[in-house]
Amino acid sequence: MVAAIKRPGWIRGAVGALAAGAFGFALVIALRAISDLPIYQTEQTGYPHVVVPLILAPLGFLAGFGCFDYWLRWAAGMPTIPEDHSQHGAKSWKDYFRFNTDHKVIGIQYVVTTFFFFFIGGLMAMLIRAELAQPGTQVVDAATFNSLFSTHAVLMIFVFVIPVFAGLANYVLPLMIGAPDMAFPRLNALSFWMLPLAGLLFIGSFLAPGGAFDTGWTGYAPLSTGAPLGQSFFNLGVQFAGASSIATALNFLVTIITMRAPGMTFWRMPLLVWANLSTSLLVVAATPFIAGVQFMVLFDRVLSTNFFEFAGGGDVISYQHIFWFYSHPAVYIMMLPGFGIISEVISTHARKPIFGYRLMALALIGIVVLSYSVWAHHMFVAGMFSWLRVPMMITTLLIAVPTGIKIFSWLGTLYFGKIHTYSTAMLFALAFIVTFTIGGISGVMLGMVPIDIHVSDTYFIVAHIHFVLFGGSVFTIFAGVYHWFPKMTGRMYDEKLGRVHFWGTLVGTWGTFIPMHWVGMDGMPRRVADYATQFGEWNLLISVCAFFLGACQLVFLYNMIVSWRFGPKADANPWRANSIEWQVSSPPPIYNFDEIPRVVGGPYEFGVPGARHAIMAGEGAEVPESKPSVVGSST
Amino acid sequence: MYGRLPIVKMLAATVALTVVISAVMVPINWNGQGASTAAPKIDELLSVMIVISAFVFSLVIVMLFYALWKFKAKPGDESDGEPIHGNTRLEVAWTLIPTIIVLFGGGYSWKVLNDIEETAKNPLRVSVFAQQFAWSFGYPGKDYAWSEGELHVPVDRQVQFKLHAQDVIHSFWVPEWRIKKDAVPGLTTTATVTPDKVGTYQLICTELCGFGHATMRAKVVVEPPSKFREWVEGLKDKTPAPLMESVEQDTETDPVPVGPGGA
Repeated sequence: MVAAIKRPGWIRGAVGALAAGAFGFALVIALRAISDLPIYQTEQTGYPHVVVPLILAPLGFLAGFGCFDYWLRWAAGMPTIPEDHSQHGAKSWKDYFRFNTDHKVIGIQYVVTTFFFFFIGGLMAMLIRAELAQPGTQVVDAATFNSLFSTHAVLMIFVFVIPVFAGLANYVLPLMIGAPDMAFPRLNALSFWMLPLAGLLFIGSFLAPGGAFDTGWTGYAPLSTGAPLGQSFFNLGVQFAGASSIATALNFLVTIITMRAPGMTFWRMPLLVWANLSTSLLVVAATPFIAGVQFMVLFDRVLSTNFFEFAGGGDVISYQHIFWFYSHPAVYIMMLPGFGIISEVISTHARKPIFGYRLMALALIGIVVLSYSVWAHHMFVAGMFSWLRVPMMITTLLIAVPTGIKIFSWLGTLYFGKIHTYSTAMLFALAFIVTFTIGGISGVMLGMVPIDIHVSDTYFIVAHIHFVLFGGSVFTIFAGVYHWFPKMTGRMYDEKLGRVHFWGTLVGTWGTFIPMHWVGMDGMPRRVADYATQFGEWNLLISVCAFFLGACQLVFLYNMIVSWRFGPKADANPWRANSIEWQVSSPPPIYNFDEIPRVVGGPYEFGVPGARHAIMAGEGAEVPESKPSVVGSST
Repeated sequence: MYGRLPIVKMLAATVALTVVISAVMVPINWNGQGASTAAPKIDELLSVMIVISAFVFSLVIVMLFYALWKFKAKPGDESDGEPIHGNTRLEVAWTLIPTIIVLFGGGYSWKVLNDIEETAKNPLRVSVFAQQFAWSFGYPGKDYAWSEGELHVPVDRQVQFKLHAQDVIHSFWVPEWRIKKDAVPGLTTTATVTPDKVGTYQLICTELCGFGHATMRAKVVVEPPSKFREWVEGLKDKTPAPLMESVEQDTETDPVPVGPGGA
């Protein structure tokens, strides 16, 4: 028993969480007692004796679990445990439940954990649609409904879409650039372990007095500053998810900048690497804003600061400015890595170099720059300065240009290629082009102030975000998971089930989210448990399609689990791709490469006679450096 | 290289598909009945956008399906495609043309925005007070006249709503008017609308404001000026809304007499 407590792991983690939580509780009680305050402050925005332990217990868990062991030993002058890489690799499923610094283990931990939250969030969506199938309230009451859609959105955004991309990239990005691991493996592991804590805080808020947070994922003040205790769970969950995200982004930036294999110039990087470089630039600069603004809300709630309390001199609108200064770039954080995945999948399965590679990379950078200048398009009716609307409209519309470049370049890539559609990844990639175009079109309409005035905060918005986030991001996630499944698990998935999942998801997505545009324009506001009877029939159809869409995800789940266990063994390179991760075995060896590969050409040189992307160990050096392809040349 | 593609036929197919989609979608009254001078302008902007969007969508569909039809690999064909890395002219084209299209859309929207927010000479000013989960309306005159949960306005006269919120953010939306604006605690915001159809509508709160958000509605009656005056006269005896005491009267709108309808 004592040995178990001394050893990093779950038992020491639980002890750490309990000890830190108890310390926080005692601290609050003691400080209140000596200040002659009532011992328990149970105003709905108060509860310091819950909030302080909520901050400390996750940190106690992380410490107990072993996330800080190396640094703490070093700081305390103790002999550090040398990095013998004994923790690398996963020999059994149990190894995925340990603190592990191997980027490939962490990548799988990320993907599995985030999909766990995807299914929880999806169940909430099913409950939401059950309630909305008919006008009136049948399944849940209005307050629970508000908690459900808020938690659904927060789980999907903060612990599914954003981190699942980090997980996929964690696995494949170091392999793609020819690096043995990420630049900071211990930080990488810490980033991962903060994530389930964030998810648990979000879900755990259902246990709080007054119910889970119910102010939407946007948490607008002053609704959030006056909301019950559950809101504090949200404020804190965002801190852990945000810290995880920022640390991972820093890790990616340093890895991409410093750890590329010899010969891997920036202009030879696969577009997935470019996409994660762009995303990381967004994360490190934007995510601190949401962390800050949620701290401000927490301080308003617990410390009675008045950032957003107008009665105390605060400014209500400033919450929205700070929130959207993160949360607009966040939609690109949720999209750019997907763009990278689509580029890999389409080029490989069309057997063609990416059309306009450099413009594709520059378009990513263009989106990064523009995305910082459009946030107030979420606030056209919010009562902010009216002069700000037109400039924000123009920048918003202009962001369609780099996005259009990407769409047309993917289409251009297909031309004069040899398109293979046997892979589910390719099907999702092709469908993504169409659904994302629709999401982009409704986005341009929303960017226009007069149209936005009418449809903002209606179901048109719900339709738009689900078209770009489900039809967009989630389609790219599926494409990515199917594409790299053989690499990550060493086994092939079932293409037949993949096709069932693909067609079901495609039909379900359109059936669910297309009619939402119509009811929204016709006058149905968002975030309502009850609505006018005139929208009843459309909503019933939407709910039926949503249940169908939900059921199709079970096919995916079954396929992944069974194929991982029993699927046929995968070759190193089942898709005949060029990038480096496919030149090593599936799954790759523990240290990725016996010898770091040498990069001699672009990543997409399909059809170029004699062209090579990388020379792997043991191949000798007789392959000549290929001439850089001339971008923009055509005959 | 691209001379090998049937560019003319592809463009023709794109245009044909655009026409079909537009012909189906433009006649539908997506936004529902319109009942303000802003409504037709916004609906027209939407129609123009539908046509442009139909073109973009058709272009993507035609490009995608032509490629899938023409360049799909034969079973067993393991060869690669042609090593084309790009085409500068095409890339410049699909950067510049969308830029021009969106800038046109931006300019057009800007014009519509100026039109619908243009202030008339003698607008009727109505104070709107929102609280969880009810609306009250104040009509400035010698004394404030108060109405709880029912908004009356004269037809064909511009109304400037001065919006106030008591507790959290609410949003003022009458779908038939196509106008929406948040009511923000600590601020006075303005929504300008000229109702042009007599009728009864619904005011909907569109900013999540708590568990009663979905039911935070108010009846809106647009009526001829004479009937409207009668209704306001009848209000004088009503007790003021309780929230009035705690919200400062808006000096900007007070006092503006309830004049005869029209400017």
